[in-house]
Amino acid sequence: MNTEFELFPKAASTTAPPVDALYMFMVGLTVVMSLFVAVLVISLAIKYRRNNLGVNRTQLPTGIKTELILIGLTLPVLMFIFAWGAKVGFFLMRPPANARAITVVGKQWMWKLQHSNGRREIDALHVPINQPVKLTMISQDVIHSFFVPAFRTKADVIPGRYNHTWFEATKPGEYRLYCAEYCGTNHSRMIGKIIAMTPGDFANWLSGDTGDEAPEVTGAKLFEQLQCATCHKGGGEQSRGPALEDLYLKPVALADGSTVTADDAYLRESILRPAAKIVAGYQPLMPTFEGQIDEEGVLHLIAYIKSLGGAGQMPEETEPGQADPQAEANTAGENTSAIPSPEQNPRGEAEDNP
Amino acid sequence: MSTPAAIPTKFSSSGPVVAHHFEDWEQQYDSCVLGMWTFLVSEVMFFGGAFTTYMVYRWSYPEAFAHASQHLDIYWGTFNTFVLLTSSLTMALAVRAAHLSQSRTAGLFIIATILLGAAFLGIKFYEYYHKYEEGLMPVFGMPFNFEGPSEQRGPTQLFYGLYFAMTGIHAVHMIIGIVIMLLFIPPAFRGAYSSGNSLRVEIMGLYWHFVDLVWIFLFPLLYLIDRAT
Amino acid sequence: MSAVLEPQPVPAEPVRRQRDYINAAYTVKSWLLTVDHKRIGLLYLAGVTVFFFIGGAAAVLFRLELMTPQADLVESETYNKLFTLHGIIMIFFFLVPAIPAVLGNFLLPIMIGARDMAFPKLNLMSWYLFMIGGLFTLYVTIVGGVDTGWTFYTPYSSTYSNTYVMATGVGVFITGFSSILTGVNFIVTTHKMRCPGMTWFRMPLFIWSHYATALIFVLGTPVLAIAVGLVAIERGFGIGIFDPRLGGDPILFQHLFWFYSHPAVYIMVLPAMGVQSELIAAFSKNRIFGYSFVAFSSLAIAVLSFLVWGHHMFVSGQSIYGGLIFSILSLLIAIPSGIKVFNWAFTLHRGTNSFYTPMLYAMGFLGLFTVGGLTGLFLAAVGIDVHVHDTYFIVAHFHYIMVGGTVMAYLGGIHYWWPKITGRMYHEGWGRFSAVLVFVGFNLTFLPQFILGYLGMPRRYHVYDAGFQVLNVMSSAGASILGIAYLFPFTYLLWSLKYGPKASENPWGAVGLEWTIPSPPPTHNFARTPVVTWEAYEYPRSNPDEVFE
Repeated sequence: MNTEFELFPKAASTTAPPVDALYMFMVGLTVVMSLFVAVLVISLAIKYRRNNLGVNRTQLPTGIKTELILIGLTLPVLMFIFAWGAKVGFFLMRPPANARAITVVGKQWMWKLQHSNGRREIDALHVPINQPVKLTMISQDVIHSFFVPAFRTKADVIPGRYNHTWFEATKPGEYRLYCAEYCGTNHSRMIGKIIAMTPGDFANWLSGDTGDEAPEVTGAKLFEQLQCATCHKGGGEQSRGPALEDLYLKPVALADGSTVTADDAYLRESILRPAAKIVAGYQPLMPTFEGQIDEEGVLHLIAYIKSLGGAGQMPEETEPGQADPQAEANTAGENTSAIPSPEQNPRGEAEDNP
Repeated sequence: MSTPAAIPTKFSSSGPVVAHHFEDWEQQYDSCVLGMWTFLVSEVMFFGGAFTTYMVYRWSYPEAFAHASQHLDIYWGTFNTFVLLTSSLTMALAVRAAHLSQSRTAGLFIIATILLGAAFLGIKFYEYYHKYEEGLMPVFGMPFNFEGPSEQRGPTQLFYGLYFAMTGIHAVHMIIGIVIMLLFIPPAFRGAYSSGNSLRVEIMGLYWHFVDLVWIFLFPLLYLIDRAT
Repeated sequence: MSAVLEPQPVPAEPVRRQRDYINAAYTVKSWLLTVDHKRIGLLYLAGVTVFFFIGGAAAVLFRLELMTPQADLVESETYNKLFTLHGIIMIFFFLVPAIPAVLGNFLLPIMIGARDMAFPKLNLMSWYLFMIGGLFTLYVTIVGGVDTGWTFYTPYSSTYSNTYVMATGVGVFITGFSSILTGVNFIVTTHKMRCPGMTWFRMPLFIWSHYATALIFVLGTPVLAIAVGLVAIERGFGIGIFDPRLGGDPILFQHLFWFYSHPAVYIMVLPAMGVQSELIAAFSKNRIFGYSFVAFSSLAIAVLSFLVWGHHMFVSGQSIYGGLIFSILSLLIAIPSGIKVFNWAFTLHRGTNSFYTPMLYAMGFLGLFTVGGLTGLFLAAVGIDVHVHDTYFIVAHFHYIMVGGTVMAYLGGIHYWWPKITGRMYHEGWGRFSAVLVFVGFNLTFLPQFILGYLGMPRRYHVYDAGFQVLNVMSSAGASILGIAYLFPFTYLLWSLKYGPKASENPWGAVGLEWTIPSPPPTHNFARTPVVTWEAYEYPRSNPDEVFE
């Protein structure tokens, strides 16, 4: 894990090769162009040196043509770099739909991560290989940045709003996690490791009994404890608050006539600043929970709401300690490399890694 | 810049006014006016940053901003706008008097401008004090008396933060203007702004009008949000 | 006006040198209250030199610390304060003012045939604001310390840091006014003070690039002032403006900050490009190829520089489509930059090239700026920036531009105009040796950092993984060479003040109004206002003549 001298970083994710390809192209361009300029400058400088008397020094005409050729040659190269960079950028910044969800809370100076089945980790993250992982990240204090060089991926972890990144590890091993945005005294110690495992190993690890309960379960308890159900139970006309069942990622009509998607950012805002976006047909009665719930609590509530169903998924019944429902859903989907639960396929490891 | 007729070409016997490095008076005049305009462009960018911040937050929290705005004192605010606009008038009259070589009159109008500017600051200070009494001054960790939906508490605090920051920066600009104008009074009564030596007064006028103009933007943005409803 | 302008008695002895701006008066007051742009230039020179060596000392300290992966020389807190001090001092108090305030102040009026800046007193006030802001910041950053990095990112700077952020902000704010006033002075001087016949397209390219710089000074600096000012207000008065707990947006600060600070990169490099044009023309005895393209590319860079700030925030959660707009605009800056590089290279074609010290710096600039510019394209491409953002790749890239570009050009310019400024020649051998040493030391320091960056070493790391050590040791070794290399010019240039041979009016055989007046120039520059009837860089196309025998 970055303890040995090397000149090029390990590439251990699906995102690494396209970044490396573009990088190598750019390195090649830089070397060629720099050498070209160097040779041009040095050869011209020497050929027309002061005491070389045998050269033609008559004035050249103004070189509008030369300049236009210069622009004409540069512009396509720049557009090519732009297009390639944009293509790789889209790939890096758009998580696939079937990615397994992991939440990240950054704080000075540690990483707190939680899997969708509730298993918590600090400064370490276990992930299966060959399955995309989507991180939903927020900071409790200052701006941090989640950076895994071996995966060529990075995203800022910002207070007050969710940011996302994703990766799909391809090789088992331990990889360094850094905080890349300066965050104070121990910035350089806010490091961790990503442990990429074969799906079988990962399933074993994940099902290990840790006593961590699933986020939606913690969320449900919190929901109970904060007495959210007083208003948000059942929905319908008599209810004071909109129903939360079957809400996640669905469009919501607002009182001002606009429509939003009930994504993580919307749910977070509605918990912390309920009056910002009032659902059509309801009164702005809900008190704010800002300062009463920490970022992890908000993530748990969102997980609970998510578990109540929404776009593209059925309401699921989950119990603490069970394997990730998302993963189970995935096995039915197109993603053949999704991790199987240990009960279903104890030899999954061998199949995925011949 | 200005009509050629407004640019006098010769000076009184009070001494050479064309600085050593200028070729002639016209060059000096144009340079000074251009210099002030360039500086004002810079000031526009300065306030532009603050206005951008304001816009971003108002866009994010329209209700909180509208609500907070209604706690500002619209009567004193309007009166203050009137005071400041009048000070712009007296400033313009001072410039005109200087153009007409009436140094004393220019001095009197400058004094009027100073008094009006000071009145504006006084009223502003009274408003600040009033906000302090109401507990709407979220400064130095002082208690913030906020009634209303609790989730608007933070954005409302942002509004008052911006209110104090922006009007404060504006007030600093006015104080600087007043201090400089105070320096103009003795020369004015010595007759310095005669014989067409109006450049300084004119430059001062540009600055003062700019400061007024900033208030013309600040007043509706801070005081008049959603007043119609 | 000050003592400088008082009539001076005619020198009694003919052997004494004629009246110039240096021997016009010797009192301390005659320097501290001078309104002569040349003296103010020298005052700036003293100021930025002090700041340069202090900022450099901080760099030496943390490069020493980075020799080993562990923390052994200093605590993390101290380390963070050191790199912050290095960044703040080098950027705000050396790189931004170095070329415009020293060489620009000295040369801009002379090059356009003026007797002084349009506003000499304002010019002096700029220096005082610069020194007050600078010394205050220096005091705060050394005695108290500030640990936010030069970027002052909120909410760390506004809420979490326990260091002297507000005081530093005030120092930077004050210095900002110095930049704005210098910008106003440059713009008005260029517009209004040109001598008869000095049309826009007869101006040296040095003036064009300083004009473009002045535009950024005037348009960009106030936005930084308000951004840093709001952070200072937030801390000082406890008003939450960027505080996410109140619903404030910490990213908004980044937008405001980079709206200035990306153009500020061009504040640092545009004047260097102006110096570069002068050096290349003078030492190839040739008209700059594509003069008007080079001139307009300066303005194009100034305009584009205001439209690219978002490329600092590709990973801050901004919409990818927003990111792509900033990406394409950032890439477009390569066109005016490329035009400049190739036109300088083409100028050597059919020139009469000589390789004196300033030319060596100019050639070094060409190479290093090319590498710096091309690696900038990596960062403009979203796909690569995600990985290298906030790593040593960035550090290496901007040092190639700032140190490889600006500092090389600054040193080249100082050497080139040294005879004009001081009336003395420096030792050419030492000059060439130092130029080569700077080039070697620089590359050894920063080339390994590109590799470190792609390996993933984040910037501002005090302790790091053992695998990065070899490259870090290389970089530190290079830094020690670079540090020593910078001491040589400092020494022999000072030495030349007393022992250097006297310089003639035009030791390089260069054209340009500054070479038509005595070295050092008289206080009023020109005995009679010059009338320009020739184009810029109109070199005679005869056989090469010998330079200073």
